[in-house]
Amino acid sequence: MENKVLENKRKYMNPYLAGFLLGLVIIFAFYYTGRGLGASGAIKSAVVASVDAVAHKHALASEFYAPYASKEESPLNSWLVFEIIGVMIGALISGIVAGRLKLKVEHSPKISSKTRLIMAVLGGVLFGIGSQLGRGCTSGAALTGMATLSTAGFVSMLAIFGTGYTFAWFFRKFWI
Amino acid sequence: MGPLIPNEIIGANWDFLIALLVGIGFGYILERAGFSSSRKLAGVFYGYDFVVLRVFFTAAITAAIGLYYFQYFEWIDLSMIYINPLYLTSTLIGGVIMGFGFIIGGYCPGTSVCGAMIGKIDAMVFIGGIFLGIFFYGETYELLWKKIYLDNFLGAPLVFDSLGISNALFILGLSIAALLAFWITAQIPKFVKRVDY
Repeated sequence: MENKVLENKRKYMNPYLAGFLLGLVIIFAFYYTGRGLGASGAIKSAVVASVDAVAHKHALASEFYAPYASKEESPLNSWLVFEIIGVMIGALISGIVAGRLKLKVEHSPKISSKTRLIMAVLGGVLFGIGSQLGRGCTSGAALTGMATLSTAGFVSMLAIFGTGYTFAWFFRKFWI
Repeated sequence: MGPLIPNEIIGANWDFLIALLVGIGFGYILERAGFSSSRKLAGVFYGYDFVVLRVFFTAAITAAIGLYYFQYFEWIDLSMIYINPLYLTSTLIGGVIMGFGFIIGGYCPGTSVCGAMIGKIDAMVFIGGIFLGIFFYGETYELLWKKIYLDNFLGAPLVFDSLGISNALFILGLSIAALLAFWITAQIPKFVKRVDY
């Protein structure tokens, strides 16, 4: 076990170096395109494209889908979709380099894989709803919002992590 | 002067290539730092691993310092970049819902993509959950969310203006706060039960 922990430590990048490099990526993004990072936006594009493909009229009638569904080009032809394809490539490269590619359900020994998967879906649903209401997720609203020193970014970060800390105790058996 | 594409210094055709490159950097760094593991991420809430706080704060402060220096040297016009608008009600409620999503699901959207790419099945179903959540939101937007979504619009203020201080003073204060947080959180794992994952 001791060896495994050491091995993991070696495989992970120093967090401060990672943060510094991520900061440079954000500066690069703003310097070239005037915008920062995002993640939930790409999944939103996938939802809009799916609804549009299955029920075009329904999409046009909805105030949520219509701004994207009414355009000539596909909702998937968006900046954030290309960015998230990049995230997939980058994560895969890192996973290969670190030797971390492995199909598994990661969970605390106190819960079953099934419980973990149910919780993961539930958490995803909440993140889906919250990111739409909050105009972005941890990447776009909180991290990028803080990088530009927008008040919204700090409010978003405090709301997300404040809630996490406040309620962590109730969910402890799922993690520790 | 930047931003280069909005300023038409380089063509808009570069936009998607830059998006791809930015994404590769983002995804590589997240995975490399361990953000592909939900149990490592959840450590920030239970005191056994503070990688989220360290990476998140260092990145935000590095970017903020960099962007404001770029402005100082007149390399970028910050009035042209995207500033998140503040709709106080929806930012708060959305943030609270995401906070629950984080503590229950263990991932956020960006990190779940990283986890899924290295084979975490829980991350894959988390993404499925996000898809369902956004679909549910879209289907019930007019009914449940529209009023909250548009309530309390306060423009796109910057945090140092909101606090009535200069940008330099705010960044200095934030940096000191981050250093203190780094130091304090480095002590915490000594007092909590070790978690192996």
